[in-house]
This record gives sequence, structure tokens and C-alpha cells, in this order.
Amino acid sequence: MADTHSIIGTKNKKGQTYTDTWKMMNEAPRTPSFYTGSEVIKEAIRRASCDVMIAYPITPQSEAAALIGELFAEGYIGDYFRGESEFAVMSQCAGAAFGGARVFTTTAGPGTMRAMENFPMWSGARLPIQMIVTCRGINSPLSIQPDTLEIAYLLNTGMLVWHAETAQDFFDWILKGYIVSEEPDVHLPLALCCDGFFVTHTKDVVNLTPADMCLPPYDPYRSPVPCMDMECPPVRMMRDPFVMKSNYISYATHASWQQEIWAAVERSRKHTIHWLNGLIDTENTDADIVIVASGTAVSQGREAIRMLEDEGVRCGLVKVKALRPWPEEEIRQATKNAKHIFVPEFNVTGWLAKEIRATVPNSQRVHAGPHVCGGMTMPPEIIVSEIKTALGMKTFSMAGRGS
Amino acid sequence: MSDYRVLPGPEHFLPPAAASMGIRLPNPGEAHINGVITSEDKAYEEAARQFLMAKVPTIFPGPLVLWAWNEKAAKKATAVRHLFNTLKECVQPGQKPMLIPMPDYRPKYPKINPEVEINPNHPNLTIWHNKIDCCMFIGVHCHQANLSLKIIRGGTSCYTIAMCAQAGHEDAMLSFRDASVEKIMRLADTVKRLKGTVQPRLTSAKNGASS
Repeated sequence: MADTHSIIGTKNKKGQTYTDTWKMMNEAPRTPSFYTGSEVIKEAIRRASCDVMIAYPITPQSEAAALIGELFAEGYIGDYFRGESEFAVMSQCAGAAFGGARVFTTTAGPGTMRAMENFPMWSGARLPIQMIVTCRGINSPLSIQPDTLEIAYLLNTGMLVWHAETAQDFFDWILKGYIVSEEPDVHLPLALCCDGFFVTHTKDVVNLTPADMCLPPYDPYRSPVPCMDMECPPVRMMRDPFVMKSNYISYATHASWQQEIWAAVERSRKHTIHWLNGLIDTENTDADIVIVASGTAVSQGREAIRMLEDEGVRCGLVKVKALRPWPEEEIRQATKNAKHIFVPEFNVTGWLAKEIRATVPNSQRVHAGPHVCGGMTMPPEIIVSEIKTALGMKTFSMAGRGS
Repeated sequence: MSDYRVLPGPEHFLPPAAASMGIRLPNPGEAHINGVITSEDKAYEEAARQFLMAKVPTIFPGPLVLWAWNEKAAKKATAVRHLFNTLKECVQPGQKPMLIPMPDYRPKYPKINPEVEINPNHPNLTIWHNKIDCCMFIGVHCHQANLSLKIIRGGTSCYTIAMCAQAGHEDAMLSFRDASVEKIMRLADTVKRLKGTVQPRLTSAKNGASS
């Protein structure tokens, strides 16, 4: 049985030093590097002491799966292989995690939907798998452009769900994500989402931790459930499910099991706040108008705020970093002064606005929009226009642009 | 801070997980009593007092201390046995300390003999059958311990204590964290020190463990 503390300072087979994660993320020198989001995923995984990566490398949305294959060839990943489909990949991830491995995978859009059955299974089995979700359109006609609708489906799986704005968020959160999701009181899978294409295919300056430092390895003996054993739940449940026994005890057990998954999501709150420095970031929340957003809609919101400032309209910003656990109290506090709350989103249904409406008092303050979807970009001008329209100010229509 | 308190039941047809009611786990060096963070010192006193008050104080050792899978586990098992022997020495006539194992987590209903073992999927059967009014979980994997503790709170009036090797349990009425041989021995020492100072509760509670 490995003791994590005794491993700190020793080297792995690639010569990387197992480093205290807090020191590695907060005190170690950083090197600015110009990378695509996909390359950033690779660099984070190089430092993540991953045992297994399983890929369904449908390339258009992200090259990460293929790039991590290179890491395997270089000896940074314990094992790496391709599944027959996204469903197979997620099932194989479960197998590896049941066996006590630190597991990584990536998915996007239709692949996420195809594999969906596995995600509540991962949570129920308390498997701390990390899955990168580089969001893209999920409906026909297909699109490889960003559309965050798939996040709405992940919110009730019992997984932790974080939404990165930038490639820098991505790099840091992949590494921190393992630490949060492997805490014994949490021990849940993490869906680390970004708006695909915008983050994965564009280059940005990202400050990387030293490549010769890596996370301490996963210690499966701290798991809240036993390692894989065909006679014990949760594996036993799959061949002898409680639901097959029709009585109060069976149902009560299953109900308690579900409650325990959501209790674990709650417990992740303290660790997520510690590692991400809060579930939300805020700017100028004393303003009458506040934009609340997640993912790259935050960047567009920030630019819209700058444009509005030029016209004398002051706006605040709330960047929602964690969607599960949901920052209920934080959002309530950050929007308590707001007369208008705008929620720009890259999806057709406005799932984030619905969550915020259910969170804040006087929910008529929440303006669900602007929305774009199907891969459309969100020019900051349309956020400006939405705000000015709500305030009764004169604005122009983007529809005529380019005509 | 949450107004919810983790108290002996029977609480509800389906009681909530305490974490979902805003109860937070203690940090290292702390414990909780009824969901309120407290010092470990206070928790030792309260756990010992509850053991000495109970008609049937019971220890439920789980697989992590029942099997000698490493040196630490074997030492913990010896400490648990010492705690049980101390309890037997310190209780008064009419009190009946028990040591009932949770050897594994397989659903065994309806075949389980709840008199001789406890199972996380239906722990209330063992509580009811043996009229247990105070119990301590030790060496049970956290997920299964939380499952059990919540089901016990839902359907019985048993006072639950968790001696957890990890981060603790909100679903117990009293929880230690980072359990070690030293902590188990210190609890035994506290029981010994309080011997004769606590009035045992020799009748079952109103909606009691025997219901």
C-alpha cells in the first residue's frame, strides 16, 4: 500500500519528481508557452501521473486523444488504447478505475450522448475518472463548432462538472481536478468541460508548471468503496441489482446510495473552493447590471462590459467555474445588488439561465440571453445590444451586419 | 451554518443525507457531534459517555479492520478488541456490550442472520434484532458506512458513532476522522476514566431501538 506522503520527492520512471500538488500548482515556476487547447490537455496529462487513457479519437473536435497517444509512446501513460465506440470507451474507463487506476479520457457532443449511460454508473460506483468534454453540437445537422447543450445532460449524472473559460483554466483544472475528485469524501468522476474549437483549436499563451514535476499517484486504498471485486457492490449490484428484489429494504438501500452520491457532490464544495479559489470569480458586482456566464461566454461578456463602459454603462461579471457543485450561495450574494442579470449562452435552451433563475430571489431580474447555438459565434456586440434593449437604450441590429 | 442537526431517529421514511442539509465534515484535528464541529477532546468524552449510557453499546468492525491485509489493520483490530474488552469491564449490570462484524457488503437479505452480522444494505435489522441503542462503525468503507448510518438514522433511535480513517461521516451523530490505533486506545482510556460516573439508560427509548 502506497503512502502518498512517502512518495513526494521521489522520481517516476520518466525522471519526473512526485511533487506536493499545492506547491506544484501555486509555488513552482511557470513557463509561458504558446499552445492550442488540445496541446495544453496533453501537457497537463504529461504531469498528471495517469495510469490509463482510453480514446475514441474522433479528431475534429479535439486532437487531445491522439496527442496523448504520443505521451504513451514517450512512456508518460501506463496504458493507452482505442475503444470501439464512445460507449465502449467509457465502459473501459470504468473497468480501469474499478481496478484502481487513475483514468483519463476525452469526448465531445454526439460521443458524450452515446456514452451517457456510463456517467451515472461512474458516479454510483464512486469512480474518480476525469473526462474532458470539448463541447460541440449534438443534434442533426451535426456541427463541430461549440454548442454547450451537452453540459445540460451532464448536470444530473452525479459527476462533478466544471466549465473552463480558457486554455489556462484547462491546464490548471485538469491537474487540480484529480486532487478534488480523488478525495475520499468525494471520489466522483469529473466532467471538465470547455467550449470546443474556441478553446481546443485556438492558440493561447499558457503558463505551464515544470515538466519534471508531476502529481502524486492515485492511491486507490483511500477509496470509499473497495477495489474491484465481483462479490461486492457496486460490481455485485450489476449482476444482482437491488431493483431485482421488490421490497422496501432494496429500494431504501438504492435510494440511500443515490443520496450518498449527491452528498459526495456537496462534500466536493469545500475542496473545489480550496483548489479553484472559489466556485465563481466576480468583478464589480455592486453594479446594477451583472452578466453571469460560464465557459467562453465569460470572455465575450468581459468584452461587452468594456464596450458598455465606453458608453457610460457599468456592468459586473460573475464567472461560474463549477456547475456541480452548484455555487448557489455565491451567486445569490454576487447578484444581490443587481437589477438586471444577463446570462449569455452558447446553447438553444438556456440551461444556465434556468439554474440561475432557480437560485436567485426576484428571478424576473434574470434575462436569459443572448443565446447563440449550432456553432455560431457570440459577438460581444449582441450582449451589448441585449443589455441596452433591456435598459430602453437605443441599439442597432447585428442582423444587418455585412449586408 | 446549517440549522439541521444529526440526531437519533427514527427520522423519516427516507431521511436526507446530512451533507445535503448543509452539514460539513470536520477538518483534521476536529470531530463533529450532531453535525456541529467540535474538538476531538470533547468528542472522546461524548462518545465514551454515550457508550456507558447505552443498554447495548455495540462496535461494528468492518472489512478494513477485520482482515489482516496490512500491519496497520492488524494493529487496529487489536485496538478495537481492547476497546470492546474495556467496555465490558466498565459497564454496569444490565448493560450488554456487543461486537458484531460487518464482514462484507454483499446484499444478503433475506438470508442474513442479523443477530451475528450487520450488512450496510439493511443495518436496521441488526439494530432492531439486538435492541442496540448505541453503536460505533470502524473499518467500514466510507460509502457503505454512510449508507448504513443514514438507514439507521431513518428507522431506529440508535445513537451512531463513526471512527473513520478518512474524512469522517456527517451521517453519524458523532464522528472522528483520521482514525488510528492511538485514537481507538484513547477512546478506550476515556471509557475507563468515566467508568461509574455515567448513569446507564436501562430502558429503551420511546420510539426505540427495539421498535
